[in-house]
Amino acid sequence: MSRLCDLSLDEVTDGIRNQHFSAEDYVSHILERIARLDADIKAFVSVNTDHAVESARRIDSKIRRGEKVGYLAGITVGIKDNISTKGLRTTCASRLLADYVPPYDATVIRKLKESDAIVIGKLNLDEFAMGSTTEFSNFGPTRNPWNLDYVAGGSSGGSAAAVAAAECTASLGSDTGGSVRCPASFCSVVGFKPTYGSVSRYGLIAYSNSLEQIAPIARTVSGVVRLMNVISGVDPNDDTTRTVASPYSVESNGNHLRIALLNNLTVNAQPEVSKCIYSAMDTLSSAGCICEEITLDSLEFALASYYVIAMAEASSNLARYDNIRYGFDLDPEGYEWNSYFAKVRSNFGEEVKRRIIVGTYVLSSGYYGRYYLKAQKVRALLRREFKSLYSKYDVIIAPTMPILPFKIGEKIGDPIKIYYMDIDTVISNLTGMPAISIPAGFSNGLPIGLQIMSDDFQEQKIFDVALLFERTSKIQARSPL
Amino acid sequence: MISNYSTKIGLEIHCQLTGLKSKLFCSCHCNYREYSPNENICPTCTGLPGTLPLLNQTAIEKAAMVCMALNCTIPNNILFYRKNYFYLDLPKNFQLTQYNAHGITSIGVDGLLGYGQGEARIRRVQLEEDPGRLSYVKGSSGSLIDYNRAGVPLVEIVTEPDFHDPKDVRLFLNKLASIVEHLGVCDTSLEGAVRCDANISIGDSRRVEIKNVSSFGDVEKALKFEMTRQKAMLNYEMEIRGETRHWDEQRKITKQSRTKEEEQDYRYFHEPDIPSIQIDEDYLKELHSKMPELPDERKERFINYYKLTEHVSKVLIDHKDLADYFEESAKIYFAPKEISSIIVTDLMSYADDNSKKLGSTIRNIKMSPKQLAEIARMIKEGIVNRKTAKQLLYEAVVSGKLITSSENETNFRKIDDEGLILRSIENVFETESLAVLDAKKNPNVSNYLLGKVMELTKGRVDPGRALSLINKKLLEH
Repeated sequence: MSRLCDLSLDEVTDGIRNQHFSAEDYVSHILERIARLDADIKAFVSVNTDHAVESARRIDSKIRRGEKVGYLAGITVGIKDNISTKGLRTTCASRLLADYVPPYDATVIRKLKESDAIVIGKLNLDEFAMGSTTEFSNFGPTRNPWNLDYVAGGSSGGSAAAVAAAECTASLGSDTGGSVRCPASFCSVVGFKPTYGSVSRYGLIAYSNSLEQIAPIARTVSGVVRLMNVISGVDPNDDTTRTVASPYSVESNGNHLRIALLNNLTVNAQPEVSKCIYSAMDTLSSAGCICEEITLDSLEFALASYYVIAMAEASSNLARYDNIRYGFDLDPEGYEWNSYFAKVRSNFGEEVKRRIIVGTYVLSSGYYGRYYLKAQKVRALLRREFKSLYSKYDVIIAPTMPILPFKIGEKIGDPIKIYYMDIDTVISNLTGMPAISIPAGFSNGLPIGLQIMSDDFQEQKIFDVALLFERTSKIQARSPL
Repeated sequence: MISNYSTKIGLEIHCQLTGLKSKLFCSCHCNYREYSPNENICPTCTGLPGTLPLLNQTAIEKAAMVCMALNCTIPNNILFYRKNYFYLDLPKNFQLTQYNAHGITSIGVDGLLGYGQGEARIRRVQLEEDPGRLSYVKGSSGSLIDYNRAGVPLVEIVTEPDFHDPKDVRLFLNKLASIVEHLGVCDTSLEGAVRCDANISIGDSRRVEIKNVSSFGDVEKALKFEMTRQKAMLNYEMEIRGETRHWDEQRKITKQSRTKEEEQDYRYFHEPDIPSIQIDEDYLKELHSKMPELPDERKERFINYYKLTEHVSKVLIDHKDLADYFEESAKIYFAPKEISSIIVTDLMSYADDNSKKLGSTIRNIKMSPKQLAEIARMIKEGIVNRKTAKQLLYEAVVSGKLITSSENETNFRKIDDEGLILRSIENVFETESLAVLDAKKNPNVSNYLLGKVMELTKGRVDPGRALSLINKKLLEH
């Protein structure tokens, strides 16, 4: 008999709906795990205990009365702490939002609540989602459940670690340049970045508006698919949302699809990672997919282009944090307003400051053409090239991360090295196309993720291949703790 | 000689789209004036983290109408840009506006507007959000911020430096105001609904910007002051600094701005949260068919249909409310000459000698267009003379009641008895002895005495006759 916490998303909703166990039992079990484990993992920034228990009781009484319950009834969802939750502190792991309580729910939160999912708490991240290790959090780093000395990845490190440690059924993160796929890979869970415009960003505290999407994490592909069925779709509160092809199916028929392996990315990867991705390709081949290798030279410019655009947008997005309307406790008495701004904003962490400075620079007159405009051109070029690739292939596979998880503190002094980690993931953010990271294996007990990408709104193809791989590779979705 | 130096003036007009229901990017009310501070706000217009701008499509429509009226080209791809700068009244510390440096994407460009005898080129029209407002509390070092106005849609209209005389600026602004009134996009009588910045350069001197001018009359005054100031400086061979100056409404002078507005780098870039807006031919065609009658067309109609003079038509149409009042009245009793003459000459005298206020005067008087039509009828049918009509008009304007001649005829009967007139003059001479002394030296003062006599007789004497009696009396005195 497996533990309640290890049940997949489908097993939890089935178990509760069929009264094998109550939502309250399940939530209590999860809360007990958080209380026991999270002092070590540090995935949670806030735990929503009272609300969670209350919601569970409401669901149970609905079921007892024979009333219909929502699609995600009783599952516990952890929320990255840059997604607005009404009445629940939303900090972005920053000193500047230490005391900020949003007066409204993000669209994804409203949709989760409407489908009877339970918001179990808020999860750690790199400050304002800027980082790839969750070490740049004002609350300290989140630890990798597979080895507590190692980074969980980032910036949605809390979201991936909490799911990997079975501290919640599933979670939401945000993916700007790989922020969900990176920690999903490092923590051996499934993380999916939807097509730009599939999921409403209303309530997501912006880091880089044109690149990011709210992105689900679960221990199984079907968990992610079910979350997508709830959170995606046109939102009148977000003019960039578009009609999606949901509901997505969890019945895989990916065994006929044409797959290309992007070998620029395996060449640049750590040998253990590369080996694992080739073996994943073999697995898919044996399952009936048509696989071949391709090289794309223009990928050389992707990383620089990504950081220029992301930092430019970030420098403007973060300008509003001046502590005048909301923020943290800092007495303005005796300050002229300009110097108060400066004082307030000196409280950003090192990485955030770095990105604001670079972003301000690349947008300034005289440099706009040399950096920002050029980055946009690279972006348009990449989109064209991938569009043409998808006329030949259904999906493209690659490593999610070029390296294995590393020890906390190992790279923190070298921001460029950390930026380079994103080289495989930023592609899909620049093109706006969907991509998933699924567990592909381990090397010395450290997880490796397989990335599957596809064309705009072709999420179903990604899910089909991911489900096929999940079933044939037999990598078990289990918690190490 | 400095008199040969040419003066170049350009304008930047901000016009709130007060005719809209909601703000530019959220559903808060566009009419922020009725609310207590920070009552007309929401997470979006206060820039709370995670909020997104939702473009008010009607604002695009109204702004496009303004562009059409100004003969602008409307590009088929419209974008919004962020203008990044820090200020307390700016919730996001960037303003959503439009920008043409990376391709023409503002709502309108390259327009032309004729006024009086001249015309001015319109460089661009752009749609943008108004910031909040700061107020300073007496006796406190702090300031208060009210975000009720934050996010209210503005069209910014920028002209080429095509003006040479501040008087032309005034004419142009009146024309523009009438256009936005006729389009129903802006109620220019509302405080702060229209703001104008101007720039002026003389000869080869550097450009001086004038900001903070809240009325059109003051734009002209500020520009006249600046011309005088700059020409005086040039006469003394002093260099004119390129700078921003503020108009001091009390002292009627321009002052160097206290805060140094150095060359700011606004780091414009396309707002990713607002997808580009496609404007096609069909949209413009439909919009064209929805365009209300514009001032020039209306003026032509007034001249041709009502047979009004060019001048009277222009005065009426410069203020849509006047023109509307006129037409409503003329519909009830077709006497366009009488009605327009009463509005343009008689009602004008109630308007504090300020033609800008004429529009709001007509809105505030108690007399209905129907009552005006009735007065016009009485004049035309010879029931009352013009002087009596003036009395009736005055009563109607202040009380909203029209006293018909049959009801209270005696009050309006003319005084023909010369003895009675002389007695009134003597009374006035007694109470105004100083003026009488002045009048002997200065013939103009006798008009003052006449006014007093008219006042005393409630206008029932013939003013020509009274004046000659006054002058006779002065000689005897």
